[in-house]
Amino acid sequence: MGEDLLLEMKDVVIDGWSDEKWHPIIKGVSLTLKRGEVLGLIGESGAGKSTLGLAAMGFGRPGIRLTSGEIWFDGRDLMKVSEAERQALRGSRIAYVAQSAAAAFNPAHRLIDQTVEASLRHGIKSEREAIEDAKRLYAAMDLPHPETIGFRYPHQVSGGQLQRAMTAMAMSARPDLIIFDEPTTALDVTTQVNVLAAMREAVDKFDTAAIYITHDLAVVAQMADRIKVLRYGEEVEEAETQEMLSHPKHPYTKSLWAVRSIEKPARTSDDHILSIENVTAAYGTVPVLHDVSIRVPRGRTVAVVGESGSGKSTTARVVTGLLPPTEGRVMFNGTALPPELKARTKDQLQKIQMIYQMADTAMNPRHTVRDIIGRPLEFYMGLRGRAKDRRVAELLDLIELDDSFMDRLPGELSGGQKQRICIARALAAEPELIICDEVTSALDQVVQEGILKLLLRLQAELGVSYIFITHDIATVEAIADEIVVMWQGKVVEQGLKDEILSPPFPEYTELLLSSVPTMDPGWLSGAVEARRSLDVAKEAGEA
Amino acid sequence: MTDAPETYSAKEEVGQVRARRTRWERAKIELRKAPLTAWFGMVVIACYVFVAVFAPWLAPYGEADSSFGAYLPWGDGHVFGTDQIGRDIFSRMIYGARNTMGIAFVTTILAFLIGGGLGLVAAISRGWTDQIISRAVDVLMAIPSLIFALMLLSIFGSSIPSLIFIIAVLDSTRVFRLTRAVAMNVVVMEYVEAARLRGEGLGWVMRREILPNIMPPLVAEFGLRFCFVFLTIAALSFLGVGIQPPTADWGSMVRDNASLIQFAQYDLKAGITPLLPAAAIALLTIAVNFVVDWFLMKTSGLRDEV
Repeated sequence: MGEDLLLEMKDVVIDGWSDEKWHPIIKGVSLTLKRGEVLGLIGESGAGKSTLGLAAMGFGRPGIRLTSGEIWFDGRDLMKVSEAERQALRGSRIAYVAQSAAAAFNPAHRLIDQTVEASLRHGIKSEREAIEDAKRLYAAMDLPHPETIGFRYPHQVSGGQLQRAMTAMAMSARPDLIIFDEPTTALDVTTQVNVLAAMREAVDKFDTAAIYITHDLAVVAQMADRIKVLRYGEEVEEAETQEMLSHPKHPYTKSLWAVRSIEKPARTSDDHILSIENVTAAYGTVPVLHDVSIRVPRGRTVAVVGESGSGKSTTARVVTGLLPPTEGRVMFNGTALPPELKARTKDQLQKIQMIYQMADTAMNPRHTVRDIIGRPLEFYMGLRGRAKDRRVAELLDLIELDDSFMDRLPGELSGGQKQRICIARALAAEPELIICDEVTSALDQVVQEGILKLLLRLQAELGVSYIFITHDIATVEAIADEIVVMWQGKVVEQGLKDEILSPPFPEYTELLLSSVPTMDPGWLSGAVEARRSLDVAKEAGEA
Repeated sequence: MTDAPETYSAKEEVGQVRARRTRWERAKIELRKAPLTAWFGMVVIACYVFVAVFAPWLAPYGEADSSFGAYLPWGDGHVFGTDQIGRDIFSRMIYGARNTMGIAFVTTILAFLIGGGLGLVAAISRGWTDQIISRAVDVLMAIPSLIFALMLLSIFGSSIPSLIFIIAVLDSTRVFRLTRAVAMNVVVMEYVEAARLRGEGLGWVMRREILPNIMPPLVAEFGLRFCFVFLTIAALSFLGVGIQPPTADWGSMVRDNASLIQFAQYDLKAGITPLLPAAAIALLTIAVNFVVDWFLMKTSGLRDEV
C-alpha cells in the first residue's frame, strides 16, 4: 500500500437478505481513497451507494452481510479485525453523516453532548477540550452563535443547522475519513448551498478524506475530486470530476447527464380555469398565506416555486378545500368553490385531483393497483365489474404500464411506478386540474424525466391543467408555462416562464435561482460569493 | 446486469413479481415456521373449542342433573366426583367451557365493536368529537373496573345479557385507546387525505382505508382482551354476581366447591377438585397468550433473540 492511501476496497461483494434468500447488492466493487481526497459516489437509489459507504466503515446494516473482498483502512483489513477493533475505529477515525440529521440526533440530548460523545467515548479529548473544540467546529461550520448553539436541543435549530451540527459531530474526533450519505438531500436549495460550503471548507481545512454519496450530480460536482458511478451494485465508471463532467464515457452516465433535456416552449391562455383571489390563510392563529393571488390558464402548467415554509403546499390545501381560507376565494371555471371540503359537490371534487410527493404514503399499502385506480371510477362514474377493469387497464396503458400490474400491491412497485399509479388514480377521475405537489422530488433523475414526459404527454392529449409545486428549478424549466415564485407566504412574482427566468430578478428570485447547483465544479465558490454580497435575511429567518 | 436496457422503461423497473401466494399457502408456510409454544397454544385452543362446541355429546351427564349423591369421590362413573348438590363435576366442566368461553367471546366482540368503532371515529374526526369520547373513556377508566362492574351488576341484576353488556363497555375503554392510538398513525397518511379529497364518507375511510392497516395490533389485542374478559367473568362468577346457577361456569364452580380444599389432608383428589376449573381457566389463558406472542412477533417484527 502506498504511503498516503487511506482506504482501499478490493472486489467487495455484499449480500442482502430478502425473500428468504441472499441477493447480491454489491457485486465486486473496488475503490481507493487517498488522505484528504473526496470521492463522490453517485447512482440511482438501489444502486448500492449507501451499502458501499457503510461497508467502508466495516459496517453492514441488519440483514446485510459482507460476503467477500477486502476493506483496507489505514493498513488494517476491516473484514478480518474483531468487532471491538472496528468499533474503536468508528467515530474516532471514521465518521458517518446521515441523510436525515433530524432522525440521527437524539431529541432528548443537547447538541453539544452529542457532538462530543464520540471524542469522550474514545478518550481522545478531555470533556473541556472537546467542548471548546466543538464550539470552534460550530464556528467553522458557519453556525450562528457558535458559543451557545450547542446548548440547544435538536428541535430548537433548523434543518440546515442540524445538518451542519451533524458534520461538526462527525469532525469532533478529527477522523481520517467521513462518509457523507446524501447529507443535503432533505434540505432546501437555499439552505443546501450553505451546508455544502461549510462541509467543503471543513473537509479542506482538516484535510479529511471523504466519501460523498448522493444522487444529485450537480452537488457531487461541487464536493468531489473524483466521481464513481454505480448502477445495480456494479461500477459503471470512475474519473476525475472535471473529466467525468466533460467526457462521460458510459452510455448510462451520459443518460444521467442528459436528463434535464426536456424543452417546452411556454404558452399561455386567457381562459383561466382556476383563480385564487387574495387568499389569506392560517393554521390556527399562525398566519401562513398573505393575500395570495394565482391564476391558472386552462390546459397549461403553472409552477409554484419556493423553499419549504413558503406556503406552496398550503396554497394547494386551500384549493383542495382542506384548509378554508380566512379571506379571499378560489374561483374554478368561473364559479367560487365552497371553502370547506364538506360543502363541495362530488362534481367539484372530481374536477380537481391531487398527486403527492411521497407515492409510498399516498397509496394504501393494503389495496391492490386495481382497487387504487378502480375506486375513483366506481365512486365518480359508477363503473363496476368488467367495465371498471377495462378502464383500469386503459389507464395503466396510458401511464405506460400494463394490466399485469393490476393485482400488485404498492410494496411490489418501484418508486417511479408508484408515482405513475398515483397519476393514473388522478386521471381516473377525469379531472380538469391536477395539483402536483413535489411529485418528482423523491425520485431519481432518470425516473423523474420519465414522469415529467408522461405529464407533458397527458397534458397534450387530455388538455388537463397542472399546478406544479416544486423547489426544483430544473423541473420547472422542463414543465412550466407560467411560474409563481412564493416566499414567506407571499407571491413574489407570477409570469411566463421565460420572463421569470431571465433578468432582472427580484431579490428573492435571484437568491433562489443562484442556489440551484450547476454541473460546474466552480459554481459553489461563486454562489457563496454571490450570496454574501446579496446579504439576505435568510439566516436571520433560520435562526 | 451490465446489459440492462439503456433506454428507460417504466414497465421494466421492477420486473417479475412472483405470482402472489394464496392465503392458504401463506398460512401453511407460517404454520411450518411457528415455534413449539405457538403450536401448544393452538392445539389447546382447538381442544377447548372442540369441547365447547360438542359439549352435549361429550358430557356423560346433563348440565344441571343433580340426581346423584352430594360430594361423591372420584371414580365410579363420576370422573371428578360430584359437587355439593350432586351434579357431575366432569360434565359441568365440559358445559362450563361452552358457557364461559361463549360469553367471553361475545363480550370481547362487543367490546371491540364499541371501542374499535369509537376509536376510529375519534381518530378520524379529531377535534371536539375526539375530546368528548376520550374524556368519557378517561372517566370510565378512572374507576376500578371490577368494583364498578360489581356495582352495575347489582343495579341491573346479573342476567347474562347485562353481564355481557357491562363487561363489554368497561373493557371497550382499553380497546378504544389502542384503536385510537394506532389509527392516529394511519389517519395522517396521505392516502387517507386522498380518500377524503375524493369525497369518501366516514364509513369507507374507517373500513377500507384505516382498518386493514391496523389489523395486526387489534388481532393481538383481541386475544389478550379475551383472556381478561374471561378472567373478569370468572372472577365475577366466583363472587356470585356473574353467571348464575344452574348454568355451569368455571368461576362459580371454584366457589361452590372451594370448601373441599380443606379435605386435601384426608383425600388429595377431593382437595384438587375445586382447582380443576381454575386450572382450565389458567391453561386457556396461557394458550391464548402463546398464540398472541407468536402473532405479535410475526407481524411487528419483534424478535426475542436479537
